[in-house]
Parts: sequence; C-alpha cells; structure tokens
Amino acid sequence: MDEIVRLKRKAVEIRRQLFTMIYEAGTGHTGGSLSNTDILTVLFYKIMRIDPGNPDWEDRDRYVQSKGHAVESYWAILADKGFFPKEELKTFSQYQSRLIGHPNNKVPGVEMNTGSLGHGLSISVGMALAAKMDRKNYRVYTLMGDGELAEGSVWEGAMAASQYKLDNLVAIIDRNGLQITGSTEQVMGLEPLADKWKVFGWEVIEIDGHNIGQLIQAFEAVPVALGKPTLIIAHTIKGKGVSFAENQVGWHHRVPTKEEYELAMSEFAKQMEELG
Amino acid sequence: MIHVALARISGNQIPNRKVVSDTLLELAKTNRDVLVLTSDSRGSAALAPFGQQLPGQLVEVGIAEQNLVGIAAGLAAAGKKPFVASPACFLSMRSIEQIKVDVAYSRTNVKLIGISGGVSYGALGMSHHSLQDLAVTRAIPGLDVMMPADRHETKKMIEALVDYDRPVYMRIGRNPVDDVYLSDEYPFEIGKAVTLRDGGDLTLIAVGETVRVALDAAEALQQEGLDCRVLNMHTIKPLDEVSIVRAAAETGGIITLEEHSVNGGLGAAVAEVVSQSHPVPMKILGIPDEPAITGNTAQVFAYYGISVENVRKVALKLLSAKRGDGHGQKIHPRG
Repeated sequence: MDEIVRLKRKAVEIRRQLFTMIYEAGTGHTGGSLSNTDILTVLFYKIMRIDPGNPDWEDRDRYVQSKGHAVESYWAILADKGFFPKEELKTFSQYQSRLIGHPNNKVPGVEMNTGSLGHGLSISVGMALAAKMDRKNYRVYTLMGDGELAEGSVWEGAMAASQYKLDNLVAIIDRNGLQITGSTEQVMGLEPLADKWKVFGWEVIEIDGHNIGQLIQAFEAVPVALGKPTLIIAHTIKGKGVSFAENQVGWHHRVPTKEEYELAMSEFAKQMEELG
Repeated sequence: MIHVALARISGNQIPNRKVVSDTLLELAKTNRDVLVLTSDSRGSAALAPFGQQLPGQLVEVGIAEQNLVGIAAGLAAAGKKPFVASPACFLSMRSIEQIKVDVAYSRTNVKLIGISGGVSYGALGMSHHSLQDLAVTRAIPGLDVMMPADRHETKKMIEALVDYDRPVYMRIGRNPVDDVYLSDEYPFEIGKAVTLRDGGDLTLIAVGETVRVALDAAEALQQEGLDCRVLNMHTIKPLDEVSIVRAAAETGGIITLEEHSVNGGLGAAVAEVVSQSHPVPMKILGIPDEPAITGNTAQVFAYYGISVENVRKVALKLLSAKRGDGHGQKIHPRG
C-alpha cells in the first residue's frame, strides 16, 4: 500500500480512537487533539527514531508536547506503537489512571510532564543542547499551540535555540487559529507569525498541517540551514475530521453526545472507506 | 556526644558563592556532565573563573529565569547534571512554575542554587530579598530544600549534591559569613541535622547564616548557667524529624532562627513536627510579614531580633514557660 495512504488511514484510526476515549471518559480536549493528529502521525509513524521496546534508548529522537492539553491523540499513538497496552486507553482520565489529561512521564514514551503552556520549547532547547554537547545526532521535536505563543517564555526559548545554533531542534506550531476564547488574532494577535520567528533566527516552513505529503517533506528538509533551528507552521483545522466540530471554538474541550459520537464514527468509517 | 569542631574566630572573607564556584569547577573538571547555567549571573555567582576554564560546561541563557530552568530540565532529561546559579529572589519566584513542573514534577535531576538569598541585597528592597523561598519550595512535592551554615558546609553540600539523584533548591547568601565549623572535617549527611552543641535546657534550631547567631547565643546563655542544644538544620526538606522530636522530648522548649519570613519556613516546618508529635513551647524568630527594612544582614537580623541579645531574652521567657506547668500549656513565670 502507498505509504501516504497508509499514514492517512492511521490518522483516521487515531482520530476514531481519541474521539472514543473522550466520549467514554466524558472529558478531553477534542478540537486540539483532532487538529494535531496528522502531525503526530507523521512524526511517530514515519519520521522519529524511537523504539517502543526500549523507550529510554539514549540515541532516540525526543518529542516534547508543549501544548500538553491536546493529549488524547498522543496517548492513542503511544498505545498503538506499543509503549503500553491498548486496553489501558480505557482508563483515560479515570480514577487513579496514569493516563491523565496531560502528558505524564510515568508513562513509557513520554519525556516530560507538560500542561502549563510555554514550557516545552525551553525544555527542548536543553535536550537539543545536550545532544550537541555529547555529539549525538538525535533530534528534538516540540509541538506548540498557536494560542500558547502569547507566553513570553516561548520567545525566551526561541532566542536561546538560535543563540546555540540548534539545527537539531524542530518546533511545530499547530496553527489552527482558535483558542478557548475565540480566534487567536482577536485574543492576542500573532501575525505576521512567520516573520517573527525569522527575525528570531529560525528557518520557517509553512505547510498544510493535514497534508501528509507536505508534512513528510517538511520534516525531511530539516535542517533547512546548518546552525539554525527549524520552525514548521502547520496550518490546521481545529476539530479536523469531524464535520460538525471543524473550526468550532466550542469544541475546544467539548464532549460529544451519543448522537454526535455516532455521527462522528460514521464519518470516520466513510473516510476510511474512501482511502480504500 | 559532640563530634564537631567549631570555629571560634570571626572574620572569614570567603563568600559561600565563591566556594560553590570553586567546588563545582573541581568537580566539573573530571565530569563533563556537570554543567553550570547562569542568567547573566556569572558575576554575582562568582562563576567567571568557571566560565573561563570550562567554557563548554557553562550555559548562559541571559536574563530569562523561566528559560533558565526549562533548559536545565531538558539538559537533565538528556543525562546532564545541571547546576543553575541565579539570584534566589528571581530563581525562586520568576521560574517557580518551571521548578514545579519541569523539575520537581518531571523528576529531572536539576540543582537550583539560589545565590544572594535572604536579605543579602539589603539595600535593594523587597524585589531583591528572597524571604519566601523556603515556604514556596518546601511545598513542592519532589523538591528538597537546603541551606548551608558556612563555607565549609557549602563545600560539603555541593559535593554531596553532585551524586544526589533528586531535584534540590539550595540557598546561599552573598557576603562572607563567619565560620561555624573549624574545617570541613565533620560528618555531613543530607536530611540529617548537625548537633553543634549538646544541652538539656532548651534547643535552638537554626539554618544558614543564623546558625552562627544561635551558637553565639548558646554560649552567652551558658554564662548564665543554661545548657542549650544547637541544631544546624541545613536540610529543611526532607526534615530531620527524629532530631526535632528528640530535642522537644529532651529539652522541652525550642527556638528557631531563620533568614526568612516567619510564615512557612524553618520555624513552621519544625512547628508542624513538634505540634503533632511532641508539643512543647516554641518561638519562631525570623522576618515578620512585612517588607524588610534596609540594612546589611547584621543590621536587619538585629532589627528583627535575630540576635544574641534577643535569643537570650526569648530563651529565658521560654524557660519560664516550660517550667510553668510541665509542657507550656500556660506561661507561669517563676519568681
């Protein structure tokens, strides 16, 4: 099967899984998890060098999810990759579960605990700097939300990545344009976003964050320039893949009703069918 | 009982921050994973020589304390042993969330060295005082909290921290402090108070630069025929509860001394143990709940009663309370 189709099918599978987790748990960050699913699918099934059988392998690529709240796609992928048993996904957000509503490094495959926005880039700078010091060639990937970029600490990290010439660091912005209150541009305008990162010393790639081919191409282009960190602005749709949730600010952390759940399941089935 | 040789001479000119720097430099020469991170603070931290000799092991992040701690956490997660050196006032406040989440919660092996702590920056005002740091840091699960009494203990503490696989917040002051110990030839163990003087009449428990005040006060009280036990509680967390309960049981009264707000610091930590395990009369000496006055450390200490004279007064009062009706439910001064 064509690799792109395989990854597209995987992404639908992950969306179905995460939507089910949120429905069953009665809680979750639906919109953001759906918007970052394609990015994570390409990273975990195509790009990153990781070994689920040896999660602490010292030469592994690192992934830090700075937008910690959109964790459901991450849990679904780690389970599917075999970092922990898939049955455990049923415990998501349940009493005493380790699969909480943010990344938790008691779970194999998770590097760092996140959840408060604006932390992940600095952490990733530290990891990428360690790789340089140890002359190791692993890469560090960090996923940020666009609303998150209002945190000043993000820009502290951006300066440091450039200062230390971390071309082994890749930051991705899940640019879905929405945050809990409304449009990012209304809440605290980010544009011209690419220019901001460029003047901070980053190489910037802008792509359609749901286009598997473009995602692969962008990640494979790294490092775009020696001695410079790479930023991928992935233009996405919050709620992607579920017609009634797409671009709806209300779906930031809304939980589907039974009817909505069934409708979404039929949409996922149709998407899978179309992929053949 | 007492195995510790104590210093009798005042006038030490070597600040603890220089000892931190010298000790780290020696350790880092043989272990390239030992790193120092600064926030434009290498001068304040006396780390310039470290930077000159091991430039590859000093990471400068500029005036950005949140980034400072985040980067340290990332380095630690990748196997490094980062020591962050930044003024305690900023490190313990500006980056407290990174300390909570990236360090303590994520269990990264980061050592946070708060320099120029307490009222070291006497004349610079409340923005530069760090008198809340013990309260804040000791409430964070997974983070240990320490403060050495003098340069000898600073050296021993840093040496112990290099192989200590837990996140730690350690605070030191800016200016040279009189020696407490004669040398670094004494047993130092994280989480174990050092009994500097034995005594059965009362216990003085102190930390950091107040340890020397406690020792001097104990000597003054001895002139009046009172034997005070002096505990150097260099580790606030994990707290040496055994020594505290023993002190309460054997001496029946406790005075604590600290360069910190009276809210939530050493005194509070000791009171939590004493009140629940062996209630005895206590007095907490520290900085009251107000912006501290301007002055050098000795002046500020004296103003707020962290002085030999005041400890003497408080001790006599506490002794009468203790003698009043056994364990100080009421104060009945004698004679």
